[in-house]
Amino acid sequence: MKQDIFQAIADPTRRAILTLIAMQALTPNVMAEKFDMSRQAVSKHIRVLQDCELIKPEHSGREIYYHLNAKKMKEIDNWLAQFRKIWETQFNQLDTILSTIKKQKK
Amino acid sequence: MTNDLLFDFTVDKTTKTVFITREFDAELSLVWDAFTKAEILDQWVAPKPWTSRTKYMDFKVGGRRFYAMVSPEGQERWAIQKYTSISPKTNFKMFNTFSDKDENPELPGSDWDYTFSEKNGKTKVSITIYNESLARLEKMIEMGFTEGFKMSMNNLENLLTTLSQK
Repeated sequence: MKQDIFQAIADPTRRAILTLIAMQALTPNVMAEKFDMSRQAVSKHIRVLQDCELIKPEHSGREIYYHLNAKKMKEIDNWLAQFRKIWETQFNQLDTILSTIKKQKK
Repeated sequence: MTNDLLFDFTVDKTTKTVFITREFDAELSLVWDAFTKAEILDQWVAPKPWTSRTKYMDFKVGGRRFYAMVSPEGQERWAIQKYTSISPKTNFKMFNTFSDKDENPELPGSDWDYTFSEKNGKTKVSITIYNESLARLEKMIEMGFTEGFKMSMNNLENLLTTLSQK
């Protein structure tokens, strides 16, 4: 059965894994080390994330490195949260500019 | 920063339109200037750490603004805004396209409609963005999204938490 993407990111450990591999591709061993978890527990999380294509494996010699699939993340309907955030940032910047100009006028 | 100023943001994917409404604690003429004068626009329109650099801006019907969003590494993303309608201090419309540094537009683009109104010393700005293609809308988002990834791990963690709560 295909994993529900929102269920996949509902788990805090999986979110932490995603956050970590967004910075750098990691092997399951390194993940287990970082989160102080068993290899089995890590494998389970990896399987869920991989099933909904949030991460993808890349073989390098004997090791498997997991990468973030940014494209898939983008497909999450709520990528718009990020878009909204950009506007929010811009408008907050404008608030600051407006109050500066208002002060200068006085 | 939090404030109690109105902020609405909705997206209708079926009509490929984004609706944004925001209130500002300033009189209309000042807010109008902030959206229509390059020297003020460049100070706020790029989400940090990006900066906005306007090469030229001719704010009149048929005129255009040619500008770049510049990344902290100095990478430039050029775009053109062509003004199609202006009703001073009330409304203006423009057509926006990404472009290369030589001002060659990359179609399709998007239609932007800005409406301004003042009430009790506060100015409300309503923005409607219509994209010719969903792919373009996604590109717009992707630009922000890619940058989002470069931001701190905290930001991403917050984003993921927000997403998972939906």
